[in-house]
Amino acid sequence: MSVPRFWRNLGSRYNLEGTHCKECGEYYYPPRDTCVNCRRLGKIEAYKFKGTGEVVTFTVIHTAAEGFEEQTPYALAIIKLDEGPCLTSQIVGDPEKVHIGLRVRSVFRKLGSDGERGMIYYGTKFIPDEA
Amino acid sequence: MTIGIVSYGAYVPRYRIKVEEIARLWGDDAEILKKGLMVLEKSVPALDEDAATIAVEAARSALARGAFDPSRIGAVYTGSESHPYAVKPTSTIVAQAVGATPDLTAADFEFACKAGTAAVQACMGLVSSGMVDLGLAIGADVSQGAPSDALEYTAAAGGVALVIGRNESELCAVIEDTYSFTTDTPDFWRREGQPYPEHGGRFTGEPGYFKHVTNAAKGLMKKLDTKPEDYDYAVFHQPNGKFPRNAAKMLGFSKEQIAPGLVVTKIGNTYSGSCMMGLAATLDQAKPGDRIFMTAFGSGAGSDSFSITVTDRIEEIRDKAPKVSELIRDPIYLDYGQYAKHKGKIRFA
Repeated sequence: MSVPRFWRNLGSRYNLEGTHCKECGEYYYPPRDTCVNCRRLGKIEAYKFKGTGEVVTFTVIHTAAEGFEEQTPYALAIIKLDEGPCLTSQIVGDPEKVHIGLRVRSVFRKLGSDGERGMIYYGTKFIPDEA
Repeated sequence: MTIGIVSYGAYVPRYRIKVEEIARLWGDDAEILKKGLMVLEKSVPALDEDAATIAVEAARSALARGAFDPSRIGAVYTGSESHPYAVKPTSTIVAQAVGATPDLTAADFEFACKAGTAAVQACMGLVSSGMVDLGLAIGADVSQGAPSDALEYTAAAGGVALVIGRNESELCAVIEDTYSFTTDTPDFWRREGQPYPEHGGRFTGEPGYFKHVTNAAKGLMKKLDTKPEDYDYAVFHQPNGKFPRNAAKMLGFSKEQIAPGLVVTKIGNTYSGSCMMGLAATLDQAKPGDRIFMTAFGSGAGSDSFSITVTDRIEEIRDKAPKVSELIRDPIYLDYGQYAKHKGKIRFA
């Protein structure tokens, strides 16, 4: 990942910043400037997601992409946030404990880094919400 | 002017390694070590955790507990001896991740195990002068101990964030005063670019920890004209279980006063988080009106003492974020191989 590309989406990656249409109530993650339902009549505002949701589906990665080899096996899931939008994220912890419908909450973790000299990319992952 | 703690938050990674497991590898006697160190196991960061992620989690926990607008934070100072970048402040990452940017000042602190309390003092100064409304002071570490070194048995991971403010109705604890004692003592250091710290043998105990802790503690009690009996609780920096117990005894504090804050036995020495973790665990159970005496120690060397009185507000905010006891229950144990991987002790060519 390039440094500018990461920096541009810092708000979304760190704090789940998205948008919300005040006209129809739709939530968007990642943020959209225009509401797909209301088009030019939409009233978009910034919205910070609560960070809670549930697993819609998941897969367990055994053969990881470069930079993630150390973490296998790990669960990669599609998570439906409580406000509605879905996103893809790693579920931290034992992949055996991940199942469809699992309640999760967001945590701040390292997403990766450009080797030993490059930037460290931080952002959001999810863990089972046991509370 | 009254200055104090508006909120606090702690974070401890879920992974642990037992003293037996480290001793097994190096052929040491685990029973002698456990008795000597009074530590049973230590916390280990996940593969995707470092001092910055721990600082963010602790800070977010403090914000959840305090329930104030993060844009009020005018200063973020993170103390650590394991900042992920040599150049690029951890505090900027924290400030962004808690939604406090951009109207604030930020910097990283380093003073071995007392960088967090040094950050608290800096925030007290900024808050009391009126330069900032709220200050966020954090101590967070993923500390390093070289393989087979004595430090490997205790060097742990964790962090604590304190929000410092001056609005009396908002404070969950008043900081009555602070006092520091600092000298140039070669008890512990890590050179630039080196992965593990070194310790200066005989300087570790008496000329390092005990001299600074007792002088800072006595200095503050003299300044305030207080004595150990005036306090309900006491917290001392806990590099192991023995040092804080001995320091308490030397100063005249009882076992009961230090018991709630002695978290080192189950999580090890969280370095910049260590003393503040003891304070967080004590705040988790203190009652309004209780007085807490806290003394941090950082190698190099110096001690910061604080006299703190808990207010009624503690009851309102305490349960809004996880307590230290909740954070340290249900650990996942690692063997030495997994631990070495988590700590980056295995190097790929």
